[in-house]
Amino acid sequence: MNLKSALLGAVCAFAMAPAAYAERGTDGEVKLTFPQAVSIMNPYLSSGTKDIYASSMVIEPLAGYDDTGALVAKLVSEIPSVANGGISEDLTSITWKLLPGLLWADGSPVTAADVVFTGQYCMDPAGGCAQLSKFDGIKSIEAVDDMSVKITFNGPKPNPFTAFVGSTSPILQKAQFEACLGAAAPTCTDQNSMPLGTGPFKVTGFTVNDTVSMEANANYRDPAKPAFASAVIKGGGDAEGSARAVMSTGEFDYAWNTQIPPDSQAAMAAEGKGVFVVAFGTLVERLEMNMTDPSADLPEGERSTAKHPHPFLSDINVRKALSMAIDRQTLTEVGYGAGGAPTCNIVPAPALYASDNTGCLTQDIEGAKALLEAAGWVDTNGDGIREKDGKNLSILYQSTVNPIRQDFQALIKDWWTEIGVETELKAIDPSVFFGGDAGSPDTFQKFYADVEMYANNFDGTDPEAYLTQYKCDKAPSPENQWQGENMNRFCDPAYDAMVTELSSTRDAAKRAELAKKLNDMVTKDSFVVVPLVHRGTLSAHSNALGGVKINAWDSELWNVADWFRVK
Amino acid sequence: MSDQSIPKAQSQFGAVWRQFRVHRGAVFGLIVLGTLAAFVVFGPFFWPEVKLKVVEALKVKNQGPSLRFPFGTDQLGRDMLVRMMAAGKVSLAVGFVAMIIAIFVGTGIGILAGYFKRLDGPLMRLTDLFLSLPLIPLLLVLVMLFRDKIASIMGPELGAFLLIVYAIGITSWMQAARIVRGEVLALKEREYVLAAKSIGVPARRVILRHILPNIISPVMVAATLGVAEAIITESVLSFLGLGFPPDFPTWGRLLFDGLQYIQLYPERVIWPGLAISLTVLSVNYIGDGLRDALDPRIRGR
Amino acid sequence: MLTFTLRRLLLAIPTLLVISLIIFLLVDLAPGSPMSEIPLTVPPEVRLKMIAALGADQPVYVRYILWLRQFFWVEPANMLDGWFGTNFVGGEQRILSWQSRSPVFTVIGQRIPQTLTVIGTAYLVGIAIAMPIGIYSAYRQYSVFDQLGTLVAMIGFSVPTFFSGTLFIIIFAVWLHWFPTKYDTTLAVTDWASFILQIKQMAMPVMVLALANAAAISRYMRSSMLENMGQDYVRTARAKGMTERVVVLKHVLRNSLIPVVTVIALGIPSIFGGAIITENLFGVNGIGAALIGAISANDLPMVQTLAFIFAVLIVVFNLIADIAYGLLDPRIRYE
Repeated sequence: MNLKSALLGAVCAFAMAPAAYAERGTDGEVKLTFPQAVSIMNPYLSSGTKDIYASSMVIEPLAGYDDTGALVAKLVSEIPSVANGGISEDLTSITWKLLPGLLWADGSPVTAADVVFTGQYCMDPAGGCAQLSKFDGIKSIEAVDDMSVKITFNGPKPNPFTAFVGSTSPILQKAQFEACLGAAAPTCTDQNSMPLGTGPFKVTGFTVNDTVSMEANANYRDPAKPAFASAVIKGGGDAEGSARAVMSTGEFDYAWNTQIPPDSQAAMAAEGKGVFVVAFGTLVERLEMNMTDPSADLPEGERSTAKHPHPFLSDINVRKALSMAIDRQTLTEVGYGAGGAPTCNIVPAPALYASDNTGCLTQDIEGAKALLEAAGWVDTNGDGIREKDGKNLSILYQSTVNPIRQDFQALIKDWWTEIGVETELKAIDPSVFFGGDAGSPDTFQKFYADVEMYANNFDGTDPEAYLTQYKCDKAPSPENQWQGENMNRFCDPAYDAMVTELSSTRDAAKRAELAKKLNDMVTKDSFVVVPLVHRGTLSAHSNALGGVKINAWDSELWNVADWFRVK
Repeated sequence: MSDQSIPKAQSQFGAVWRQFRVHRGAVFGLIVLGTLAAFVVFGPFFWPEVKLKVVEALKVKNQGPSLRFPFGTDQLGRDMLVRMMAAGKVSLAVGFVAMIIAIFVGTGIGILAGYFKRLDGPLMRLTDLFLSLPLIPLLLVLVMLFRDKIASIMGPELGAFLLIVYAIGITSWMQAARIVRGEVLALKEREYVLAAKSIGVPARRVILRHILPNIISPVMVAATLGVAEAIITESVLSFLGLGFPPDFPTWGRLLFDGLQYIQLYPERVIWPGLAISLTVLSVNYIGDGLRDALDPRIRGR
Repeated sequence: MLTFTLRRLLLAIPTLLVISLIIFLLVDLAPGSPMSEIPLTVPPEVRLKMIAALGADQPVYVRYILWLRQFFWVEPANMLDGWFGTNFVGGEQRILSWQSRSPVFTVIGQRIPQTLTVIGTAYLVGIAIAMPIGIYSAYRQYSVFDQLGTLVAMIGFSVPTFFSGTLFIIIFAVWLHWFPTKYDTTLAVTDWASFILQIKQMAMPVMVLALANAAAISRYMRSSMLENMGQDYVRTARAKGMTERVVVLKHVLRNSLIPVVTVIALGIPSIFGGAIITENLFGVNGIGAALIGAISANDLPMVQTLAFIFAVLIVVFNLIADIAYGLLDPRIRYE
């Protein structure tokens, strides 16, 4: 980057400005509605996806993912790779080169110092940064010069696109956030609600958990964009209300997360004012089978721990039969319609990592019954429930309060009753279920039930961290205050060994192969995880809004700069 | 000797009943409530549940009213008439039992606070405390602490029922307590009470014989409002998942489940909504009639 | 009366302290954690760090004492600093919401206008409707007006607000397009046109709430009027030749207002915390919606502060209601 090109760039920008300015801000206001209101515009302190999406309109990362899952440069001139020298040969460092002439919304230039500062901000031990895991394994972040940043890792990192990639890791302005390091981070209310960014919009007003008002960023790098002069995000209500505001009354242009029943979707779409859009990421609704005994007769501290294997779910035939009895196609139709697809994989996408695993997609009630009979689970006393060695096949099946999940529970209960398994249903408030409060018996980590159902996914396009969750030592237990990710307490040394192998494998094809094998080990080889539906993200936008490309790999609002009013 | 027949001595009950009958709304309320109660208690004998296999059930999902399904079916093919009857039993039971608990506690505390000066202060501060407790964390705590213990004794459904009823009851007595206390404070200064006290009638008898009968009127109003509040609170609780297990319908739950489909299948919202409203309406009318009939100042006017 | 008031005020202080402690312990005991809304992609070690940064892992008594200090010293001093430009508590940490990291009082300040405008108006409209209905219904007991008025009041009361609210939205917003479905909090009333817009967006929530409020108040009004209509002094007044209007509106009404005034006074705290469902449904960002949002996100400082403010309001209005009762009804004697 030298002075001549910089000047040239500046002259061009000035020359084009008057002509291009006519296009920016000509389409009025774009109105978005979220069923959950935005609490904070800083994804590093955020408490949910809504905040990340809202802030992606204002602050941007160096690179992001487009709707196909491919990396796309945002603030850099090109994506670094080994070929162009951006990534070192031994995969221990990556260098990003910022776009020349990039400005913050207040007119000051974006420099490498801002990037380095952002790293400092999140890695500060007292900061409580929510995206800390994106900065895992980093030894140092340094500014090679004003426009280049070099990140050095502790060891070879096959996937170095973690820090500053994706809307969960945007760049903050050093000058604005300077006083907000560490413990001071939460006290910087003005900065957290009105961050200065490089994105197409700039925050003009913010009421907590209610409305975000924005106007077009006069210093945005593309002078012809955004087409809208202002934007507003109104939060609150429910999915129905949001969908209605776009599809029926036309008050809003875009509604995020409109998870409503398929019939309602069809009826609203028929009104002709808008469309629903779906994008499939990695979200899979699944059943986790508890490999340990959750019985209330066991003392506290031994319940649902490796000390007591599950009386009947330890038998793979039982788990397989339970999976065979389920008709995933019906579940998808009833619950998600076009917004879901039946699946047998916990890693359903990207296509590179999706295992060829379709054996569970056909329901086989008779086969399930036969399997149980052959394994010795028979109904000797005519009560409709199978037993063996005095143990009844009696399942406590828990999930969160959610109409679709309750429908699933009702259907699955019917199927399991047909094959001779007694099922009791339980629905828990989501804030308790996902809360992780060590004192509550209803968290999904404690798993004081036999089967639990919820949905999980992973960030970005690499499933390594996700598959690592099923290692033996990741099981929640009293020793780690029930903070673990291996909910079903699956423990297989072969699995652990393969995960370790994956973490040191660099070759992309070999990584894909290992990932597929790991996926199979927990699904079709052992049935400890019974995937049900590959869920897409469902949103709605009005026909008067153009340029929307829904994206499951990054923020849904990733290309809001390209949106325009359809005339 | 006069040959005029002396009118037969009227029993208290007869007098009350006669005044009650005059109130047309009250009679209407009695009939409606009776019908609803009969519907939920005896209905299942005339219209037993036909349990369909999942595949069969899904073929008949989302149907409108027909001969086979007078109230239509829901999104999983379940017969709405059967669900309404089962849900009604639970809703009516919750409404009444919770209200009885609330009225009992509230009246007791109100009388004590109004009659005994020394207890007034502490009891009213207790009322303030309960009024300011946020309901939802309170319920979460109660559910967390007691659900498993009760469920292991009485089974999940009865356990959940007792917990909900108890929780609603102990969080809605404050209104009744305030009303009763206000009335008792006024009654306490009436001449006949002062007279009774001055001849040494013990407090217990004064309360039972003089105070209680005169506060029936406001207690009735509070009780009828209490049933409504209990049923509606239960539906809000179902919405939060703090209620019964998910396959245990209540009218409030059915109403909430149906809200998503209000534009497509409005009848799914109308049936439970109508049922709740009619129940509350009839209870209120009955309370009105009872209040008119029991209040000696209004009776026979 | 004066000693009574003073005694109650003095008693209010320890009462409120005890209430605040109980609420704090209750909310702390309730299961759930501020981490529940965080996506599952955030690993447990990071969650633990986030909890530590919030200060949520400190023992209960430490957090309670910190909250007391913040509520009774830092926040009022902060307000004084803002008004008078002084610097009593320059850099001290204020009560911060765990959800949004904003100071709780900033959030309250943002929400009070909406609560007072929408919910307060609904309460006033409800009273304005209820009183005439209650009075006339009692005057003409069992007449057609009474039956109709009672019916409307009953209906308004029997229907849960989430049902009536959704119904109104479907009828008035979706089918008739008269009103918007979501409340625009950024609407500034500067001229006639924006005033009309404000009325339009307030119409539905006010209707829903006013119906529910009116029902209860009109019942009490009617019941109280009926009790007094049969009194001897009414007969005397009529015998003296006073017009019905004077008899009813001047004599009976005044005496009947006593229990109704107390009910109204007691209902005022519910303006702030009671319209939760309506606020949620229509997107009115009021205090009730803040409380329910904070509860589901397990945002302890917010729940604690809001619940405590409600407790103060309840205690204060209880006292006002009691004093009013004592002043209005000469039969009551407070020693």
